[in-house]
Amino acid sequence: MTAASKRLAARKDDVNVSRRAVLRGTGALIISFALPPLASARQAGGLEPVGAAARLPGSLGRAPFLDAWIRIDADGTVTAFTGKAELGQGVKTALTQVVSEELEVPLDRLKLVTADTERTPDEGYTAGSHSLQDSGTALRHAAAQAREILILEAARKLRTPPDRLKAANATVLGPNGARLTYGEIVAPNLLHVQARPVTPLKGPARFTVMDRAIPRIDIPAKVTGGAAYVQDMRLPGMLHARVVRPPSYRAQLTTVDMTSVERMPGIVTIVRDGNFLAVVAEREFQAIQAMRSLAAAARWQERPTLPKQSELSAALLKLPAEDFTIFEKRAGVTAPATSLAATYSRPYLAHASIGPSCAVALADKDSVTLWSHTQGVYPDRQAIAELLGLAPEKVHCIHVEGSGCYGHNGADDAAADAALVASRLPGRPIRMQWMREQEFAWEPFGPAMVARVRASLDPSGQIRDWDYGVWSNTHATRPGPAGSTLAGQHVEHAFPIPPPRVLPQPEGGGDRNAIPLYSLPQAKVVHHFLPTMPVRVSALRSLGAHMNVFAIESFMDELALGAGADPVEFRLRHLQDPRARDVITTTAERFGWAGRRHGGRKGPGTGCGFAFARYKNLAAYCAVAMQVAVQYEAGRIRIERVVAAVDTGQVVNPDGVRNQIEGAILQSLSWTLYEKVGFDDTRITSVDWSKYPILRFDAVPDSVEVHIVDRAGEPFLGCGEAGQGPAAAAVANAIADATGKRLRDLPLFGAGVKAAIGI
Amino acid sequence: MDLKVNGRIRAVDADPQTPLLYVLRENLQLNAAKYGCGLGQCGACTVIVDGQAVFSCIVPIQVLGGKEITTLEGLGTIEHPGPLQRAFMDEQAAQCGYCIPGMIMRAQALLQRNAHASDAEIRTQLQSHLCRCGTHVRILRAVRRAAGLMQRGGSGSAVNP
Ligand code: FES
Ligand code: FES
Repeated sequence: MTAASKRLAARKDDVNVSRRAVLRGTGALIISFALPPLASARQAGGLEPVGAAARLPGSLGRAPFLDAWIRIDADGTVTAFTGKAELGQGVKTALTQVVSEELEVPLDRLKLVTADTERTPDEGYTAGSHSLQDSGTALRHAAAQAREILILEAARKLRTPPDRLKAANATVLGPNGARLTYGEIVAPNLLHVQARPVTPLKGPARFTVMDRAIPRIDIPAKVTGGAAYVQDMRLPGMLHARVVRPPSYRAQLTTVDMTSVERMPGIVTIVRDGNFLAVVAEREFQAIQAMRSLAAAARWQERPTLPKQSELSAALLKLPAEDFTIFEKRAGVTAPATSLAATYSRPYLAHASIGPSCAVALADKDSVTLWSHTQGVYPDRQAIAELLGLAPEKVHCIHVEGSGCYGHNGADDAAADAALVASRLPGRPIRMQWMREQEFAWEPFGPAMVARVRASLDPSGQIRDWDYGVWSNTHATRPGPAGSTLAGQHVEHAFPIPPPRVLPQPEGGGDRNAIPLYSLPQAKVVHHFLPTMPVRVSALRSLGAHMNVFAIESFMDELALGAGADPVEFRLRHLQDPRARDVITTTAERFGWAGRRHGGRKGPGTGCGFAFARYKNLAAYCAVAMQVAVQYEAGRIRIERVVAAVDTGQVVNPDGVRNQIEGAILQSLSWTLYEKVGFDDTRITSVDWSKYPILRFDAVPDSVEVHIVDRAGEPFLGCGEAGQGPAAAAVANAIADATGKRLRDLPLFGAGVKAAIGI
Repeated sequence: MDLKVNGRIRAVDADPQTPLLYVLRENLQLNAAKYGCGLGQCGACTVIVDGQAVFSCIVPIQVLGGKEITTLEGLGTIEHPGPLQRAFMDEQAAQCGYCIPGMIMRAQALLQRNAHASDAEIRTQLQSHLCRCGTHVRILRAVRRAAGLMQRGGSGSAVNP
């Protein structure tokens, strides 16, 4: 840790103080910190465990010593460490519950330290609905093993057999009132032991903290004006920076007259390095005014490089593709069948965080400390280190919450901007805040996609053949390399943009959820990977699953119609997995599917739609049913009612699960109905909220119900991205049911809807 | 110049053209009003001025002399939250929470005028506010719950009546 970062980190978090107290030898459990070697940090987010550690549950393989996860100080303080970050999904609360349950420490006595390159294990990115599976599982096992060790140590001290002792309330209790608090039991290195692969865990019947709707620990500060976000950080001597971004992707800065801007009030410096241009001022509004003047003074040479937006799907299909057959099953069935085909498309979608990206950085001569709302402190550290020519251990990257990010938004770029500017002003903390139009123009968007599907039905109404292709760019251009950040691309000695990566199955990228979960006698699924990226793209929550589930589940309804079958029954006749069937039947029952209002039967104008998916085919199961009403006079379609069921394995916080699924459904409705990144041949044009409309309160359904299918004792399955795909298809299916018109191109409330409702 | 914020007169040293948002956040070190767009398009920066909800990102401080400015901090504290703050905690009406201070201030202005506001009025008022996490259903529930609390118990402001 650098001297300056030590000073400031101590302000941020009192746990740090106690750690240094520990290092001075006040008798706590930990002497040294049990972080994995740097090599694993360089894996840039992959979570493949190494060697023998492979058998350890969750992320334990990446940091196999218990004291990397759990620390108990002699004063009784209990601290847990996670490499995952709070993104507004409630993970801090859920992980605290997990540790509290297994370690037998009350919630309010437990501190949780999140993603920090000097303090927590490297768990890659907080992404892909992995936090509970990876970190929750690791912490649960570590906490249970630590509890056992504490009981054994207490047994030794109390000279009592361990089976006569039990842990409760951060204390080990024995016969005849014998008791020792955890603080009294600890000894140096007690928890500095390798985790074991198998742990006796508490059974769900004994839970008192898990599977309870514990209120989120972060909400009180957020609703009362506490300092909750990196945007709220104020360090002594902090300066405000703004970046002046090029007007378009390939623009080159030709000239910029900086003299008048340099004379503006409060200006500390202007940083110019190639196409990277930034201004630093004493006050925030001074920085904004200077940024505007500097932008007006800059001359850029631009080149048209973007495809025609009106023919986006055709442009994607024309790009060179690398084809991967990700699923193939041949049964040699050739008897006659009716066949159907359809093409679906999605435009580029913005993460569009409400709070534009922000970071704070402080540099010494040869080191930097960085506070960022990045999803991956370790990969980000690597990018910044490369950008500044520092060794990774000279970069200390600390996660501080930002506005919700929903994937790879501007966070890492703002962090790189902040670090680059800070490196020019050692000793002064730099708060770099992006402007709204910068977030919209420069964030890496969720890729545009096209899916084509053809299937045939046999005379009994069973799917016989399935042929599916999806065209997409990569869904991951995250750091690691400095060239993945805008600053790295814009500096004079630019870092090369890393070649796009195909994210492999079973999780997949553009082909995430492209393989249907349905049983199909013959099927082929091809991922047409498009390496050329005319528009900057990366991970948007659920990656390709939003589009693939939209396409597959829309097409299942088209097939059900062709087979003259009820959409729910049609799905069930192609599904064996009992957990899949359960979320479907639960949703149908709670929605009242059998007696639903039906387009064309109980009066035109109302329709209901259904859809289902298991996220990544290996995480949470989710089914969604919706009822829509067409308001012909108003020329609009309103979503009246949504019912969903989710099976997310063992639940940690039921209200947290509901909150995530509700959010996923509403966010997906927004993507699916309204959203489209706009561009001309050179520039991104959808740079404010008037040009990038999203769902507003008038379109919020009257009710959204989420039912949890109880799977006590099953492993955790991530649920943060389970609802997006099903919600997209359910609304398309409901509109088709209400109007008789099938809309296959997103956003659904684009040109097509007018034709569908005849206005 | 002097600004009256949450019932206290505060002397601020800033260019009179500075939008209120930056003065609140920087000069007065208040966190709640958020920068979201700076364009009056998202609601994240909303505060109350003389009983009306306004976008603090587009109001220069020079027009605010002598006016009563209330921010989320003026509605209560963690220990003594105002009715809307209480209701947002009770309903767990936040995901990232970044939009929430603005939502609460808009709702506060509405419920101060009319604690019996209908669901339709609540939606209409919040129409100018964006939430990207999709917390809308909970936000509506929380505002309705706060309306109930305020009908029973007064103005809704713990600090600033
Ligand atoms: S920040 Fe003021 S309305 Fe968006
Ligand atoms: S809760 Fe995140 S933007 Fe509303």
